[in-house]
Amino acid sequence: MKARLMDRAATVVLTLIAVLIIGTLVGLLGFILSQGWHKLNLDFLTSAPDIVNAGGGIGPQLFNSLYLLVLTMLIALPLGIGAGIYMAEYAPDNKITQFIRMSIEVLSSLPSIVVGLFGLLVFVNMTGWGYTLFGGALALTVFNLPLLVRVTEDALRNVPRSQKEASLALGITKWRTIVSVILPAALPGILTGAILASGRVFGEAAALLFTAGMSSPNLDFTDFSMNSTTSPLNPFRPAETLAVHIWKVNSEGLTPDARDVADGAAAVLIIAVLLFNLSARWFGNWVYKKMTSGSN
Amino acid sequence: MGHRTEGVNTERQSMIAQKMLTTNKRQKTENITGRTIAMICAGLLVIVVLSITYFIASKGLSTFFVDGVSFKEFLTHDKWDPEGEPSAYGVLPFILGSFFVTALAALIAAPLGIGAAIFMTEIFPGFGKKVLKPVIELLVGIPSVVYGYVGLTLLVPFIREQFDVLGFSLLAGGLVLALMILPTITSVAADAIEAVPQDLRNASLALGATRWQTIWNVVLHSALPGCLTAIVLGMSRAFGEALAVQMVIGNTTKLPGGLLDPISTLTSGITLNMGNTIQGTPYNNALWSMALLLLAMSFIFIVILRLLGRKRLAK
Repeated sequence: MKARLMDRAATVVLTLIAVLIIGTLVGLLGFILSQGWHKLNLDFLTSAPDIVNAGGGIGPQLFNSLYLLVLTMLIALPLGIGAGIYMAEYAPDNKITQFIRMSIEVLSSLPSIVVGLFGLLVFVNMTGWGYTLFGGALALTVFNLPLLVRVTEDALRNVPRSQKEASLALGITKWRTIVSVILPAALPGILTGAILASGRVFGEAAALLFTAGMSSPNLDFTDFSMNSTTSPLNPFRPAETLAVHIWKVNSEGLTPDARDVADGAAAVLIIAVLLFNLSARWFGNWVYKKMTSGSN
Repeated sequence: MGHRTEGVNTERQSMIAQKMLTTNKRQKTENITGRTIAMICAGLLVIVVLSITYFIASKGLSTFFVDGVSFKEFLTHDKWDPEGEPSAYGVLPFILGSFFVTALAALIAAPLGIGAAIFMTEIFPGFGKKVLKPVIELLVGIPSVVYGYVGLTLLVPFIREQFDVLGFSLLAGGLVLALMILPTITSVAADAIEAVPQDLRNASLALGATRWQTIWNVVLHSALPGCLTAIVLGMSRAFGEALAVQMVIGNTTKLPGGLLDPISTLTSGITLNMGNTIQGTPYNNALWSMALLLLAMSFIFIVILRLLGRKRLAK
């Protein structure tokens, strides 16, 4: 009798915990979206922030976040896929491979602020670039590489052996087999991982404080030369991203509507991250359906 | 005549045989280049880790070797006054702050996370897979500054009104961090619980145990190393988290006295002061030493995780 009562009680408690977690998420999203809802208009999304007066927007920050995302992925994807190919197809079972695995583990558990400080030392001071978008992209590459390597390795290992063997039996070299048979088959898995990594890049701030900087020059959106200091496309200019802006406004915002700006910016950031997450999920399901129905 | 064709045939045959046996040069170089590229990418990971360790250590150690602060004073003194005369570099308040806030977060998040993991694997697996798992994955995706922002606009004022204090506090930091590490703990613990062989559950149920008795005595018992891994993983996240904590914790460099006191952590101290100090000064070097401490802690967490992993394998 007592055991049965305990069983009931435990079930109730565990269910409450699950409800609490779901409730928290719904509450969190509801709070952020309802707070920032009134700020979501074109003017806020495109105009530049104002340091002293009310009414500033987040235009440059939004652009910087997107541009930084593109730059980071251009650097990180080839490296991550390359290392993933090595780990899945070439790595012999020895001490060196173990050391590489250990390195991946260390990289993925490093606090992002430590990665940011490393970036400050190497990409900002040693290179003499100062705070730049490019330095930020390199720091974020360090931050994302372990995730991309792991995703690529898993995706490659999940490709059926028979495909690889068929290709090799035709006399096609190993590298050709990897590039033209295994990699295309693994691409959906890699892409889903890359989209998730993009969400992380978009929301990351601590590593960027010391690499891409906390300010954005006045951008001139008609100037697209790569060298001019006001050109949005110049990768060697300081750039404050949306996430960094939220942090800065909350901790040292001087404008009378700092709270408003923070509300709006947080809502935009959350919507962007949700889009990344949902599109990764949708894309994964779509590919799964396509592949499983195609095989019959 | 027959003789001659035979000779041509053998000649041709040996040519083909030779072609088949010798490797195609172009293919060979392609193979080697590909392999080398992949190897360089993998090698880069090692280089990055080694250079991070080297650079942070070389900067962080200069506090002790260049500025002459003793290692013991740095770790155990509670007076932090780098701009005073004489300057003091005791980072104990930061260290304790980091540990307290991490411990508080783990105390709150561990029971909730493992409870949710049991719920989604043992009690309602269908609902768990369809609703709870996606919800938890969404929570992982929310950026830390957003957690900090919510803590600042919701939690801090709430604590201020409830307890008639400042609001920026150890409690606020612990709660925000608990929410941040909850998804990590839940998903890792759920994997560990799912990996428990079904036979064990069946055997327990066949003996007449209730579902809860089975979960508590059998399932959780054999998933224990996995659950501990989940908690340690969550703690290592909490220890290194910077911005969300910095926004809600108050940042006063005093020894923490109670749950409602404002405190500082290693990460918040670095975040706030690194930009305002000049490179190469003792103050700046002391901040790098704090970063070195963070790095060392993350190595310690990895070692603990490896030990737990070995225990799981041994079972």
